[in-house]
Amino acid sequence: MSRHGTYNFAFLDEGSKREIRRATLKAIAIPGYQVPFASREMPIARGWGTGGLQLTLSLIGPDDTLKVIDQGTDESVNAVNIKALIRSTTGVTTSDDTAEATLIQSRHRIPDKPLRPDQILILQVPIPEPLRFVEPREEVTRRLHAERDYTGAYVLLFEQIMRHGDVTTGADPPVEVHDRYVMAPSPIPRIDNPKMDHGDALILLGAGREKKIYAVPPHTRVTSLAFDDHPFRSEDVDGRTCALCGAEGVFMDEIQDAQHGGTTFRCNDTSECLARMNARARAS
Amino acid sequence: MTTTLPVLTVDDLSKRYGSGCAACRDHAETALQGNTCRHCGTVHALSGVSFEVHPGEVLGIVGESGSGKSTILNCLYFDEEPTSGHAYLAAYERGAADLWTASGERRRWIRNHLLGKVYQNPMLGLNMDFSSVANIAEKMIAANDRHVGRMEARARVLLEHTRIPTHRMKTSPRQFSGGMQQRVQIAKALSNEPPILLLDEVTTGLDLSVQARVLDLIKQIRRDVGVAMILVSHDLAVIRMLADRTIVMRDGRQVEAGLTDQIMEDPQHPYTQELVYSLL
Repeated sequence: MSRHGTYNFAFLDEGSKREIRRATLKAIAIPGYQVPFASREMPIARGWGTGGLQLTLSLIGPDDTLKVIDQGTDESVNAVNIKALIRSTTGVTTSDDTAEATLIQSRHRIPDKPLRPDQILILQVPIPEPLRFVEPREEVTRRLHAERDYTGAYVLLFEQIMRHGDVTTGADPPVEVHDRYVMAPSPIPRIDNPKMDHGDALILLGAGREKKIYAVPPHTRVTSLAFDDHPFRSEDVDGRTCALCGAEGVFMDEIQDAQHGGTTFRCNDTSECLARMNARARAS
Repeated sequence: MTTTLPVLTVDDLSKRYGSGCAACRDHAETALQGNTCRHCGTVHALSGVSFEVHPGEVLGIVGESGSGKSTILNCLYFDEEPTSGHAYLAAYERGAADLWTASGERRRWIRNHLLGKVYQNPMLGLNMDFSSVANIAEKMIAANDRHVGRMEARARVLLEHTRIPTHRMKTSPRQFSGGMQQRVQIAKALSNEPPILLLDEVTTGLDLSVQARVLDLIKQIRRDVGVAMILVSHDLAVIRMLADRTIVMRDGRQVEAGLTDQIMEDPQHPYTQELVYSLL
């Protein structure tokens, strides 16, 4: 028995960790390719980040510092519970500060602060298959990937342009990794897509329910799917100022004030927002 | 006489469902009942079918249900894998490479660039969750077009050509009548200007006036575009109206081939005679 109660270090047994690491190594070797793995039953429900959690647990060591983000915030229920589970089975320190963390598990966001080569970003993925909405059969989508037929992904974009005049994918905008595999980047906003291109940090993506692991190694070319006459565009964040820290040009949450009416904006990346507020308080 | 390379050459195509046994492989005449082996139950859907299609020509394939007509088109469009045989397209490697030995990726390329197919059932040829214009664009996207404006303009021209009101181009084919769905399929098949069009029972199940309009369209395309076609139909009237040459299929075998007029006026094989007389 370890000092972490009845559980092995980092909850998973060593055999499971090794199996997940083997899948991870394969994923890194074939950027953007979805590697199947034996997703375990976890003490949180499938669809709540079990893919990301298993990646984190297979990689974490006693000297790591962990940060967990849920839709930009460190303090939402899911992020807090995942942190509590990992802390109680490993004893590692956790941090809200992006710069302090060595492992960052995230749902639906890539942190605003650029990542360093010594950091690993782990993204939770609900639907790893970018072609799933055009082709429900896994048997067929695997063949489409093998033969590099991504017609369906482009037809989806074309249909959006026909119906709405522009691409309307709000989150999970498909990307092509290193001119080969088309990949679902997990439901990040479009503003996060360029952060994947030639980044300094390793990005791992885990889908627990769908039992897939895939990766974007550092310094890998990642391009968002687009048409020649409809180039990829991020969300328009111009003219929005964070009501708390005054930041501009970052991804924001829109907050409706039910009592007084009106709309305000706040930084979606709460730890960056807090850092800016602290810096401002120190300066004054 | 000028010799032009055939657009398509099919050589000794066979398609078998089942493993086959010594009896049906070596003594087909006695072992087969229809196209099914009495001993092992293997279905010989196609046995040694060979033909050529020349530029601008319409080749009719006629025969009863289960005679193997559609299987020929399925094999050519890579929807099914032939058991044996060879096929050559003039537009692919100058007719020197067998289509059925190409890799999956090459097959997709051939299918998207050099072939167009209209299925009997529009559900197979169209995606009913997408607009008609996206269905037509799919073929162009598959052939690596990445320009929305150009594809939309081309789809508009094709829809006008196939007489679908262009104000309905953003409607899903699900909401169209059967005749309109077939015309969207034809527009899609034509979008990459393929050298050959595969038409599988395009008018079956449509009422007579709609049939006439679709047949009219095919005639017009033939006149304007000059694309070669393989026209599969169980309906001799359709074949007589459109096909230059005709192959008569029965139990997976080619029982007669020749100029359509010749076959209609002077059928040689007893089965063809039966077919032609039943028409009159």
